[in-house]
Amino acid sequence: MRPAEELRTDFPALSQTAHGHPLAYLDNAATTQKPKAVLDTVRSFYEKDCANVHRGLYDLSVRATEAFESSRRRVADFIGAASPEEIVFTRGTTEAINLLAATASRSLLQRGDGVLLTEMEHHANLVPWQMLGSLGIRLSFLPVEDEQGTIDWNRIEEIAKKHRVRLLAFTHVSNSLGKVNPAAEICARARSLGLLTLVDAAQSAGHQRLSVREIGCDFLAFSGHKMCAPTGIGILYGRQELLSSLPPYQTGGEMIAEVRLDQSSWKAPPHRFEAGTPNIGGAIGLRAAIDYLQTVGLDMVEKHTSSLAAYAASGLASIPGIRILGPRDHRAGIVSFVLEGVHAHDLVAFLDQEGLALRAGDHCNQPLLRKFGLAATARASFYLYNLREEVDRLVEAVEKTRRYFAG
Amino acid sequence: MELDELYREAILDHARHPRNFGDLEGCDRSAAAKNVSCGDAVRLSLRISRENRIEEIRFCGSGCAISTASASLLTLAVRGKSVEEALQLVESVQRLLTGASAPQDKLSGDLAALAGVRRFPQRVSCAMLSWHALEDALRTGETNSA
Repeated sequence: MRPAEELRTDFPALSQTAHGHPLAYLDNAATTQKPKAVLDTVRSFYEKDCANVHRGLYDLSVRATEAFESSRRRVADFIGAASPEEIVFTRGTTEAINLLAATASRSLLQRGDGVLLTEMEHHANLVPWQMLGSLGIRLSFLPVEDEQGTIDWNRIEEIAKKHRVRLLAFTHVSNSLGKVNPAAEICARARSLGLLTLVDAAQSAGHQRLSVREIGCDFLAFSGHKMCAPTGIGILYGRQELLSSLPPYQTGGEMIAEVRLDQSSWKAPPHRFEAGTPNIGGAIGLRAAIDYLQTVGLDMVEKHTSSLAAYAASGLASIPGIRILGPRDHRAGIVSFVLEGVHAHDLVAFLDQEGLALRAGDHCNQPLLRKFGLAATARASFYLYNLREEVDRLVEAVEKTRRYFAG
Repeated sequence: MELDELYREAILDHARHPRNFGDLEGCDRSAAAKNVSCGDAVRLSLRISRENRIEEIRFCGSGCAISTASASLLTLAVRGKSVEEALQLVESVQRLLTGASAPQDKLSGDLAALAGVRRFPQRVSCAMLSWHALEDALRTGETNSA
């Protein structure tokens, strides 16, 4: 991998200062900054190739359609899907999971069936499933046993049998704990029990190599904006025969085969699930982001971010009164922590003054934090452009804040 | 440091040692407020006299230094005030913190320490949390003794 010092120069936003300090952007689990290559590609699309897709016969529309569909092919290749028809463009992970929950509830899932989740799911992989309660679809949960994010995956069988579970939906990487769940093992176990699987890859896509073939999942969702692409674009991957069995999500233009006044028929996937004009520029930006990340090398991105997180966790651990959440080893690029006597919001307000951008809050993980007796944590999350020196600044600033509040 | 303006000595003191913290037994009114963006929660319990004055007030909950200090300062500022005066004070605090009134329209006493919040718009909701609860308690809060 090119060194992070050099990669940083690809990201225009990183050259700014914050409160007189060089900006240390440590909120990458929320969204990442965008490299110039992505920004240029999106701009060039709007300057030269902009037209609606799948409907014009003129050259410009043909070009736009080709660029859009080539992005789909690029995504399919990126995650090892069998064909581009297995990739549905969405606004992001949230919409992808809502799409699956809403359509599965009218096809794959019957009244009385269960959906199994874990206690560490982001609200986006919890609330859409809760919404199915009124249809008689019940939720059950694999408990998170400690602050390191331990889950006893052996319990899938027992819970699945007891609750008539049909689908297991789990996060690949916990956005608050940085815990990496063994997706391939989990999916193999689920498959042997006849369960369908959805992997929430919002925190893993673009942060490590990702192959739906190796994982062996039925569905997978991720957002582009957490991996260098613009906001408003993401995907739902689904195995072809499963996507074909799902009814439409939203309806309207683009997704229909034939419309009569009293009834209509639908296109095959993926277009069945893409009503209306899609986010064409976003899809093209996503392709450019994938190109960029593959040039950098995803194995190296993973190594870099997890080594920064380990370095941060050990540095922060030296501060009196600190409590660090997440696994002791094999941590993704995320470190959540609380400082005794200093509320997370006060802490990040002080870190902001030092030019350090961190998130504080529940990280859309209220049930998990409640279980740990917490309302909010501070969270540092790293990406390919972060530096060890930024981690040093973080540790120093947290210690300074502790002294300030200790009075 | 800019933040010294926000975290003034009085704020830090009230955050470290909140006054009137806890539940008021036998209260007439109570109201809770929650800041969904950060999880801060506050609950006020009050006793109102026949003359419509706030005789006793306590707060509990969890939050950042700004929301805790603001709630602590609130309890000291409104005790003994009539319901009407307290509601006027809610409005003055809101106007000052949101910049709707001039900065020289200082709040009296320790409450003046809250003025630093106006330069940090993202923290106004922290400072206002308990004041919203107070307004709620005074206008619509349940009258437990009724």
